[in-house]
Amino acid sequence: MEKETYLNWYRQMVLIRRFEQRCAELYQLGKIGGFLHLYIGQEAVAVGSIAARKEGDHVITAYRDHAHALAVGADPNALMAELMGKETGISKGRGGSMHLADVNLQFWGGYAVVGGHLPRAVGIALAENYRGTDKGVLCYFGDGSSNIGYFHESLNLAGVWDLPVVFIVENNQYGMGTAIGRSTAAKSMLDRAPGYGMTGVLVNGMDVVEVYEATLQAFERIRNGEGPQFLELTTYRFEGHSMGDPLRYRTKDEVEKWREDDPIGILERRLHSEYGTEQKELDKIDEDVEAIVEEAVLFAEQSPLPPLDSLFDNIYVEA
Amino acid sequence: MALITMRQAITDALREEMLRDESVFIMGQEVGVWGGTYAVTRGFYDEFGERRVRDTPISEMVIGGAATGAAMNGLRPVAEFMTINFAFLALDAMVNHAAKIHYMFGGQMKVPAVFRAPGGGGRQLGATHSHTPDVIFAHFPGLKVVSPSTPYDAKGLLKEAIRIDDPVLFIEHHTLYQLRGEVPEDDYTVPIGVSDVKREGRDVTIVAYAQGLYVAMQAAEQLAHEGIEAEVVDLRSLRPLDMGPILESFRKTFRCVVVEEGWGSYGVGAEIAARIQDEGFDFMDAPVKRVAQYEVPLPYSRELEQSALINPDRVIEAVKEVL
Repeated sequence: MEKETYLNWYRQMVLIRRFEQRCAELYQLGKIGGFLHLYIGQEAVAVGSIAARKEGDHVITAYRDHAHALAVGADPNALMAELMGKETGISKGRGGSMHLADVNLQFWGGYAVVGGHLPRAVGIALAENYRGTDKGVLCYFGDGSSNIGYFHESLNLAGVWDLPVVFIVENNQYGMGTAIGRSTAAKSMLDRAPGYGMTGVLVNGMDVVEVYEATLQAFERIRNGEGPQFLELTTYRFEGHSMGDPLRYRTKDEVEKWREDDPIGILERRLHSEYGTEQKELDKIDEDVEAIVEEAVLFAEQSPLPPLDSLFDNIYVEA
Repeated sequence: MALITMRQAITDALREEMLRDESVFIMGQEVGVWGGTYAVTRGFYDEFGERRVRDTPISEMVIGGAATGAAMNGLRPVAEFMTINFAFLALDAMVNHAAKIHYMFGGQMKVPAVFRAPGGGGRQLGATHSHTPDVIFAHFPGLKVVSPSTPYDAKGLLKEAIRIDDPVLFIEHHTLYQLRGEVPEDDYTVPIGVSDVKREGRDVTIVAYAQGLYVAMQAAEQLAHEGIEAEVVDLRSLRPLDMGPILESFRKTFRCVVVEEGWGSYGVGAEIAARIQDEGFDFMDAPVKRVAQYEVPLPYSRELEQSALINPDRVIEAVKEVL
């Protein structure tokens, strides 16, 4: 692995972290509305796995979607403008935080009905399979999704039709405030996979390098014709489920313990130990990222609201 | 022109579109090897193969959702639900996703999917298998909802549904599959969202669609013997709803009866009555009457079931009330 690759991942993870921190501030100020779900703590998952995709591979995820949008390379200005409900937003201010997408980058969104996007991952993969391409789909969802019918029907159909989907469970230990052990009879997420003809792989979701390698191998197995893949990425969200989470379901000690495994910290340590990277190199990246995020905020604030006479645009393609 | 059944018209539309466009494919329960529960896709599996005629597990949520995903990524799926009663399980996929995706992402994505579903009562299938829940789906902007009454309309509307870039729910009344009608040999389409006058008359406007159209037509024939000439308008599409021919007729007859097979509460008749009040109030000589299924879960026993459904006598009674 090149040092540049690590530095690029570091840049992306810090960008996500800083973007999310600014979102939290803007939400408190009332500049972002609706629901807001932060990705802080889980950065290695989106960055490492999306880095493993080749051009044309697809990405689809749930409502905690800012990171996936940034990791595929969507414009931070357009993302921040979306959160502020502006016409320049990536979904023209119609979607909000939970519905970001950039089709030109094969990023199909941001969906806010738990598990509701899994069948669409199957359908997107079906279209690639139908056309005989070697493209695959990265489909992200939380541990909480694994108890809804969509999950079971989607994994089963992907298995039956041998479709190129990498199912990625971002296991952050809680579905909202309900710990896995209180919601899920299976002892492990991995136990789900064999029921659909897949072999589950457990990955440390806090280490971007491990995430990258596991996803790369999953894509290789898909392109070798081994059918859909199932990865469980162990991770943790340092903040609440959404803004306004009372955090009554976990202890401060638990959060502190996970913070020792901060994915950005792990990558920093790798950069120092494996490449002797100096702190000032990382500080420079931090500064660059700060400027990108501030520019995004400025762009969003200065952007126009959607004109009210555009309310009825895009209900149908053919009205 | 050839005289063919509704079933054949739907089969022909599907087959011709599959031959015309490689991106059109079929998915659903028993659509392939079995040939379709109502035999609409009989022979397709042999002709087109399992790549384009795809049997699914009994998994309505993923049928609705995967068809949506495939449509987003460039295909034109025709997903079949064995009956519309099972499509309830896919309600989220259709109304909360397929119907929203074009709008919600600022127009970035299109969902050119067709969902086919047979529905309706009258065949002693019991309460869970006899719904006419069309208005539930028609409630949601973003989805188009079509339900034809003739082989001609069925073929033209289905072809149009497959060709346009919006998601369409295509509801087939299961008592109409054997109905015969004239259908041209040449390629044609029928636009979605255009009502059609199926019988001309000057005394009263009867609005109906799908199987309800035949109830209305039988009533109109009987009324004609009494010298009452009813104009019958076929909605064909519930969303978009074309009020044009209805209002035009109403301005001539000043009276309207709406016939629908589903329950009346919050229904098609309620909607049309409200719109006539808004847009045709000055022409109203009588309240708009609704003829709909009595509000009970449909029972199995034949006579009991029939007593709950719409029939020509009830339409005639309603017409006489408004005259």
